[in-house]
Amino acid sequence: MLVHSRKAKWAVWALFLLLFVPLFALPLLVVLGASFATNWSSVLPSGLTAANYQAATRGEALQALTTSLVTAVTASLLALAAGTWAALAAAALGKRHRKVMDALFVLPVAVPSVVVGLAILVAFSQPPMLLNGTRWIVIIAHTVLVTAFAHQSVSAAITRLDPAYEQAAASLGARPAHVLFRVKLPLLLPSLTAAAGLCFALSMGELSATMMLYPPDWTPLPVLIYASTDRGALFTGSAIAVVLMAATLLVLFAVSRIRTRASYR
Amino acid sequence: MGIRFDAVTVAYDGNVVLDALDLTVAPGEVMALLGPSGSGKTTALRAVAGFVRPASGRVFLGDRDVTDLPPHRRGIGMVVQQYALFPHMRVEDNVAFGLKARKVPRAEIRTRVAEALEMTGMGAYARRHPRELSGGQQQRVAIARALAIRPDVLLLDEPLSALDAQLRSGMLAELARLHRELPDVSILYVTHDQVEALTLADRIAVMDKAKLRACGTPRELYRAPTDEFTASFVGGANLLPVTVGATGVRLGEAELKADTAGAAVGARATLCVRPHLVGLGEGPNRLTGTLSEIQWRGATHRLYVEVDGHRVMADLRELRDPPGLGDEVTLHFAPDDAVLLPAGVGHD
Repeated sequence: MLVHSRKAKWAVWALFLLLFVPLFALPLLVVLGASFATNWSSVLPSGLTAANYQAATRGEALQALTTSLVTAVTASLLALAAGTWAALAAAALGKRHRKVMDALFVLPVAVPSVVVGLAILVAFSQPPMLLNGTRWIVIIAHTVLVTAFAHQSVSAAITRLDPAYEQAAASLGARPAHVLFRVKLPLLLPSLTAAAGLCFALSMGELSATMMLYPPDWTPLPVLIYASTDRGALFTGSAIAVVLMAATLLVLFAVSRIRTRASYR
Repeated sequence: MGIRFDAVTVAYDGNVVLDALDLTVAPGEVMALLGPSGSGKTTALRAVAGFVRPASGRVFLGDRDVTDLPPHRRGIGMVVQQYALFPHMRVEDNVAFGLKARKVPRAEIRTRVAEALEMTGMGAYARRHPRELSGGQQQRVAIARALAIRPDVLLLDEPLSALDAQLRSGMLAELARLHRELPDVSILYVTHDQVEALTLADRIAVMDKAKLRACGTPRELYRAPTDEFTASFVGGANLLPVTVGATGVRLGEAELKADTAGAAVGARATLCVRPHLVGLGEGPNRLTGTLSEIQWRGATHRLYVEVDGHRVMADLRELRDPPGLGDEVTLHFAPDDAVLLPAGVGHD
């Protein structure tokens, strides 16, 4: 740390807490508090109950949780496959082509996600690719949005990968596919799992593009939270939000377990 | 199987890093590519391995032209400075990698892995991961991995430079033993360390500035270097600018006896004398000058003497009573120990 005196350290800590607590921790605590409440008119919530969670873990909400999980897992796997493939291909290209490729993959992040949603809606509302009204349009939108992150983190990892491994494998007689699956991908595994976790978390929380695309039988959790709060059911919405948060963190935790096992140095 | 470079030129963005290299490594021979960094020696090795494409020229392994073959079809064992062991595999899987890639039957893989690990003294470490091994052990595993595929050609790229001095001399002996056990394997050994080259190689190819300067047995290059760069890079040398006379050479005012066969009288030339062949006191070829620097190196003293504006180095057995700085010192060397070289860059 750059600050050495004891007093200054305290000051920095105080500043950190002053900024961190209200901005990051408190809102989440408020949601957690609200999820157990029936009424919040004074300083603290009142009428504590678990009924909100009963509503948030069955029926429509349970359906939405499954929808979100399936969407997020499918989208992140697709994004990981596409992003990794593109990153590996880009590594073999010349510098200028690589830049074009990078720019292409960053595009969905640079453009507002509402625009991406609208673009996908317009593009897939007519034959021959009529996907509007199916779950696939949601999954495709999520895939497009998160591929950028997968591509970016995998390309960064590929640049850091020492070419000596690949060359050692090739000199031992391994053909390129063998090198890819036995050496390069295993060495990239820590970055791949990190990218998967990131994609999953982003997809779980995606709302703006989803709003424009979701069919009635494929409602992800964020849409349900929005709908509940929109019609005034703040406390039920909070409970669903806590469920969303818990489910996402649980999956991320599991992914990080795989990650620690996959890092070698 | 031998290796043959046929006018191999490699260039990056118009920058020539290897200039028309012609070199033949005989089957079973250890050839050292010796040179400073940037001399093109590693590029030459990578051209054999298939990681750089020559701009022109051909590379042959035996009678086979491999210039256009991808690395995995060349059947070459290679060991690099940073080992490049696969960190996610155990030692035995690292060694088995090349055999699996070649689809060797499983039962045979096991015996060949054990054999390769035994040969490098790493049999007890088969179940370890590379990160659990020391640098020297990792290098042994890298060598075992390269040998397991039973290559005809082994490429070693500065294999010892990541090890400390003591380990290095041990590994050097180990490599020499391995080559005695595998007499048919041709080895191309890239190094910037003349001791490694002199110890291990059957022949040394000296490289500088993308070009091959000289090629010969260590003894030839050491005893009778053909150019100034080789003389100073292999073993270190005094290079004295002289003028050729009828019976000897002239260094400033001093007349020195030397073999001048093949040199025209009156021509400028460079006289090369190894520092350890220079003696203190009167002798046949006398050089008198002022002592400008003296270094005690345990068993020897290194003297730097300014003779007529030229610095002469002498390595002498530890002196009981060394001269002081600024003293006038007389050195001598036997006419047979001097080699006359054509005048080069050192001659202004």
